Amino acid sequence: MPLAAKAAPEPGQPIYTVRGLTKVYGSGPAAVHALAGVDLDVAEGEIIVLLGPSGSGKSTLLNIIGGLDRCTDGTARFQGAELTDMSDAALTRYRRDHVGFVFQFYNLMPSLTARENVELVTEIAPDPMPAGDALAMVGLDARMDHFPAQMSGGEQQRVAIARAIAKQPRVLFCDEPTGALDSKTGKAVLSVLRDVNEQTGATVLIVTHAAATAAMADRVIHFKDGRIERIDRNATRRDPAEIDW
Amino acid sequence: MAPLDRKLMRDLWRIRSQAAAIGAVIAVGVLLLVMMTGLVATLDETRRAYYERYRLADIFAPVTRAPDHLLPTVAALPGVAGVEGRVQGAALVDLPGVALPVQAVALSLPADGAPRLNAVRLTAGRMIAPSHPDEILLLDGFAAAHGLGPGDMLQVTMNGARKRLRIVGLAQSPEFLFSTAPGELVPDDARFGAIWMGRPALAAAYDMDGAFSELLIGTGRTASEPAIIAAVDRLLAPFGGQGAYGRADHASDRFVTEEINGLRQSSRGVPPIFLAVAAFLLYIVIARIVQSEREQIGLLKAFGYTSREISGHYMKLVLVIATAGAVLGGALGILSGRALSGVYLIYYKFPFLVFQISPGALFIGILVSVAAASAGAMFVLRQVYGLTAAAAMRPPAPEDFSRSARIGRLTGWMDQPTRMVWRRITRQPWRIAGAVLGVAAGMALSAAMTSIMSGFDRTIDLSFDVMDRSDMAVSFKAPLSDKTVLELQRIPGVLAVEPARIVPAILSNGTRTYRGAVSGLVATPDMNRPLDAAMRPIHIRGDGLVLSAGLADLLDIRPGDRLTVDVREGRQPVLELPVAGIAETLLGAPAYLRIDALNRALGEGGRVSTAYLQIDEAAAAAVHAALKAMPGVAGVSVKAEARDAMQEMMDSGAGATRYIMLLIAAIITFGIVYNTASIAYAERSRDLASLRVIGFSRAEVGFVLLGELGVIALLAVPLGAAAGYLMSFGIAAGYSNDLYQIPAVFTPANYGAAGLAVLLATLASGLIVNRRLAAADLVASLKTRE
Repeated sequence: MPLAAKAAPEPGQPIYTVRGLTKVYGSGPAAVHALAGVDLDVAEGEIIVLLGPSGSGKSTLLNIIGGLDRCTDGTARFQGAELTDMSDAALTRYRRDHVGFVFQFYNLMPSLTARENVELVTEIAPDPMPAGDALAMVGLDARMDHFPAQMSGGEQQRVAIARAIAKQPRVLFCDEPTGALDSKTGKAVLSVLRDVNEQTGATVLIVTHAAATAAMADRVIHFKDGRIERIDRNATRRDPAEIDW
Repeated sequence: MAPLDRKLMRDLWRIRSQAAAIGAVIAVGVLLLVMMTGLVATLDETRRAYYERYRLADIFAPVTRAPDHLLPTVAALPGVAGVEGRVQGAALVDLPGVALPVQAVALSLPADGAPRLNAVRLTAGRMIAPSHPDEILLLDGFAAAHGLGPGDMLQVTMNGARKRLRIVGLAQSPEFLFSTAPGELVPDDARFGAIWMGRPALAAAYDMDGAFSELLIGTGRTASEPAIIAAVDRLLAPFGGQGAYGRADHASDRFVTEEINGLRQSSRGVPPIFLAVAAFLLYIVIARIVQSEREQIGLLKAFGYTSREISGHYMKLVLVIATAGAVLGGALGILSGRALSGVYLIYYKFPFLVFQISPGALFIGILVSVAAASAGAMFVLRQVYGLTAAAAMRPPAPEDFSRSARIGRLTGWMDQPTRMVWRRITRQPWRIAGAVLGVAAGMALSAAMTSIMSGFDRTIDLSFDVMDRSDMAVSFKAPLSDKTVLELQRIPGVLAVEPARIVPAILSNGTRTYRGAVSGLVATPDMNRPLDAAMRPIHIRGDGLVLSAGLADLLDIRPGDRLTVDVREGRQPVLELPVAGIAETLLGAPAYLRIDALNRALGEGGRVSTAYLQIDEAAAAAVHAALKAMPGVAGVSVKAEARDAMQEMMDSGAGATRYIMLLIAAIITFGIVYNTASIAYAERSRDLASLRVIGFSRAEVGFVLLGELGVIALLAVPLGAAAGYLMSFGIAAGYSNDLYQIPAVFTPANYGAAGLAVLLATLASGLIVNRRLAAADLVASLKTRE
């Protein structure tokens, strides 16, 4: 099924359906199962935090359903479309139109200002918000014309978030978004992610080592040895500002 | 093994392909240096040994006919170590199956054994027996070119008389390393021979009983050559001395010297290019390694390693690559020098080889390559000192582009990828300039070399098609009356005849002298045409000389200046003539005067020594037969053959290196372009991966990478063309010699091709590098800190 250019948000509907997802590195006795058969449904508009020790498979899952990596076995559907069958070009299209990424090390273009880094995305996305609005959402409207080198780490990460949300993605993937930040800045960044979720309805998946982050999620998925160990559902999502780091 | 050394080994293994490539560039540079200097030393030493062993004369003095009793007087001159008077005469060899007689020189060998000077080396058969006047030795190369050997008979015309002579042996001689017929420019084994005969028989043939026609002189180490030459000229003047000259002016030695000098020049010019390229590449690679290992450097510093120890570690990496390349190059240089010497032995017809390794070149090669490589690395290693442990442990701060904001308005119309390309170029103009310079240097080398290739073709085309429009040149044994022209014209098949009078002469302007000839031509020559720089025919005047540009340079003389012309023929007048014009000649170094004026100066009215002919190709055989039957004809030079000989000489002698140079230029150009692309990719892999993650397609990301390369290439091409144009003059001068000039021609097609090659190399490199992006692990490249 071809991907709709922009499906209307349908809260509560599964946006991802993952079945038996497996990722093996190497072969024979040396083979490492990064993912050993993961089943998961992700609902539209959810905030999900993925927790687990290093190598437990949480980033691998994120990368595969984010269209950055390919699985060895299993299926992963996005709004009914099978990601595991897609060509490189189709995956590029998928990332371009539907997905936003936030990484631990920001990955901004040093040669572009904050606004231009955001415009990098708005120029190619089908239905973006104005770059200024995206930066306003992360509280950087006053520093739009600064280059990355002129910003603090937290500010750079907020630009990265603005860049990820400017295309109005259906999903926001965040891999250790606060990993390189102090706690105060980290909280501010998490608050921005929560705001984005509330204001745009984007589904947010956060991979983290910081267990405290779990409190802001709808669901917390615990990974161990390439499998989902358990899934906790929070009755209420807490404001990241109140989270005890 | 210290842990740092173990790291060094592993680093080397990790960058093995780059290290091998750089090592190879260094190796080629050192190889060429060692090989070429070794070859030059070998040729020099072999020539010296050959001359010494076969007692080549230091001074040659041709004379019409001088009595033998002069010899003791010459021997008594101060500085003279040995004297030999021999009979020397022009001969024509009539070969079955060859339409025209071939010119040769007949030389006497003393009846009582080996000559005191200019000995011959027997390569086949036996020496001549004094009791058999019809026995001869034949020049080895000439015999080989015509399939002759001991036992064969040879039909020879000497002094107008036909003789049947028996070849009993083949010989080599140091005076015929290269054999060039009189009046010809290019040595050609097949078209000029040497015949050695017993003195009595040859003296009888040329009417030289008790006399000699060439004096050979060996000088002592401390002798003054000019003084001896002057004394000999005085002694021989009453007997028709044609002017003594030193070994350096002897045709064969002059030619060998030109060839060796050509090699020497290449040996000095080529290797430094390689070493510079290698230093540049090493600098870039080391810079990249240090940049990517800043974290490890910080860690090492945190552990307590000093900056010196860490720099030393990276320096070792450089030294290992450079030394390995240099030592390998040195070893291969000695091997290939040894192998090539064998080839040269055959080409130069040396009977033996004195192989010389130049230890100095080996030492210099290794030292210079290591120094060049280290110098490049020094720049980078300063950064190691600058890094603090803490700073190195943090991810590098984003590069600061804020100063680029000033030109923000300028870039308003650009999309973000274009802006990225633009900002990177404007932020690091020096880095880009370095890449532009590197690519431009490659382009310049390629453009210059291809235009030099055209220069060689142009020399041949201009000389043999545009300037010389005859089909053949007939030379006479002695100047004949101009009625000969009518006689030639009557031969069926001859379309047109143009007379000329060519006399040997020493041209001098102050202390600068040139031993050459003056060519007397008709006022408006139609066949042998001197042309000016604009390729317009020059009107030959009776009151002034037209000099070839090369000769004017050599004599440092300009139109209007007066030149002393010491004619070495007939009554040997010394003329003072103004220079009336300059001709754009690419072959030889001729001087032209109107034929009637020349004859008047010589006091010999209406004489002709050479005639240029245009013939009907269909009647060529008949014309050849008629010329063969004419008694006064000394030789016939067919232009097509001369042209072939010229082409062959350019392709096999020092000129042959142009092909190697072109190949080298192409390799260097691609190497620099590819390396630039690799580095551009390595530095930006993270940005490029980010773009891919955001959703840019491979083509769009390729634009960011190739855009930068494209700008580099587009800047480099015009710069490279301009530099190539300038360079081509230097290279042209290097390839030009006494015998031929190679013009630096600007042929737009060559520059277009070189530019296109650079652009294609850029595109190819960019695509190869861009494929790495496809293979790259997007996630991994994003998670690495740098």
